[in-house]
Amino acid sequence: MNVAEINIKSIREKFPILHQKVNGKPLVYFDNAATTQKPQSVIDALNKYYTTDNANIHRAAHTLAARSTEMFEDTRKTIQAFINAKEAEECIFTKGVTESINIVAQTWGRKFLQAGDEVIITSMEHHSNIVPWQMICEEKGAILKVIPINDAGELLMDEYEKLLSPKTKMVACVWVSNALGTINPVKEIIEKAHSVGAKVLLDGAQACSHLDVDVQTLDCDFLAISSHKLYGPTGVGVLYGKRELLEAMPPYQSGGEMIKEVSFERTTYNEIPYKFEAGTPNIGDVIAFKHALDFINDLGKENIRNHENELLHYLINSLLALNETDVMSSGVETHNYASPQQPIKLIGTAKEKVSVQSFIIEGMHHFDVGMMLDARGIAVRTGHHCTQPLMNRLGLDGTVRASFSVYNTKEEIDVFIEAVRKLVKK
Amino acid sequence: MAKKITDIQNSIIENFELFEDDMESILFYLMDLGKKLPAMPEEHKTEEFIVKGCQSKVWLYSSFVDGKVFFEADSNTEITKGLVSLLVEIWSGQTPEDILNSELFFIEKIGMSRMVGSQRSNGFTSMIKQIKMYALAYKTKL
Repeated sequence: MNVAEINIKSIREKFPILHQKVNGKPLVYFDNAATTQKPQSVIDALNKYYTTDNANIHRAAHTLAARSTEMFEDTRKTIQAFINAKEAEECIFTKGVTESINIVAQTWGRKFLQAGDEVIITSMEHHSNIVPWQMICEEKGAILKVIPINDAGELLMDEYEKLLSPKTKMVACVWVSNALGTINPVKEIIEKAHSVGAKVLLDGAQACSHLDVDVQTLDCDFLAISSHKLYGPTGVGVLYGKRELLEAMPPYQSGGEMIKEVSFERTTYNEIPYKFEAGTPNIGDVIAFKHALDFINDLGKENIRNHENELLHYLINSLLALNETDVMSSGVETHNYASPQQPIKLIGTAKEKVSVQSFIIEGMHHFDVGMMLDARGIAVRTGHHCTQPLMNRLGLDGTVRASFSVYNTKEEIDVFIEAVRKLVKK
Repeated sequence: MAKKITDIQNSIIENFELFEDDMESILFYLMDLGKKLPAMPEEHKTEEFIVKGCQSKVWLYSSFVDGKVFFEADSNTEITKGLVSLLVEIWSGQTPEDILNSELFFIEKIGMSRMVGSQRSNGFTSMIKQIKMYALAYKTKL
């Protein structure tokens, strides 16, 4: 399928939630970095699973159990192909990115980190890729180091190199910033980390719906994924890890499924991935997740990306156009601090970005902006986006963030811009 | 004698009925109300009197004169400030007893019930609790 064949109207028809009014206005959903909406195929798969296929997996001899087990493992094969993992067993089902990161911090970290070792993160991490590392570092006497950024929201790679040393054991890095949209140069980050013998965990929460994912080419050691940001159900995620690492890691939780044999004297653990999947998993949502991945595969990532990038550029130009008053031609840099002359300030102006744009409006709190937009049926995210250290670095207490998915349109951006224009003039 | 808390709430609801549930107009009106709230003296706008929320914060200062509780308040967000001004209108100048016995029913009626309940997102919910706490404290002083 080439770009011209992507038909947004027919894509939108697959998302029943989009066709409603909010506060009397047609819904404009620009909060996709928080969670994406679900296509009918995902909703149908959930419904079908509970209507005809529900059974506990990997255990019983009966037909329903065989059917649900097969469908569950089918999702594993689909995600394996989606990220080009060498083996399906390297893909562990979790609750989401947060749990995926916690597993690595609590099992790999507990076994391999020692006092004086160093863990490197970036200034733009989500709290879920800060706190798990803070906790394990504190427990182990390891040291957490942070890669700084420039004002555009790009990592200072020279500073990263200075932080690297034989003491570095882990680089835990967000692939795409949820607050700024910045795409980090992860290939280079991984190569440099490996050159000092460190492992790399990528937080892929925001990246996987927009970018091509190939864990073998990237050579990342771990990748954390959330289904609900990939048009799939909430409560499902994936931890990808290289086989030798997953095998060396102790189990995370204990219970059913993760065991090989249990006696009161001793328990031996199951093989990966089951070693990390204690208890009955979220079977229905995992099965429906496959349909979300199919939806993305059918459209093609490149087509999705091209459409979203077009929206992003349209949005940026439209927002900046709101600054173009008579005073505008004074040669003031476009990405200056917001002022009465330049009421819109874009936050996050990296060269490499996905379709996420944060901004602030001069003299208006982001909370008020969010409420006013909602009154017009427009859903955006406001606040610190669970990235308080990043907001501190930028000298902000929050932003307004618009983030796009494949079903968004330029017409929606026009509605959004009209609403923002009204606030600027207020 | 202070106007009854129920009567004040009813007249607020009446004012908001003019907007016929148009959320945008309601919010613009709230922001205007916020602007009319008497400025809070800077010496009371301190960390001590802050009521924190995840997105918006509220300052709340109280005093107790002749058996009545008086409130000064402010917020860093305009919509919250508008709601805060309504709370001041309703509760400032009332007796601790009347404040403690009152139910806030106007918030839901003006379509702003989302502003209450989620303490994390909003200093407004915490403010309601804080006002009642002050009233209770002054009551025990009597």
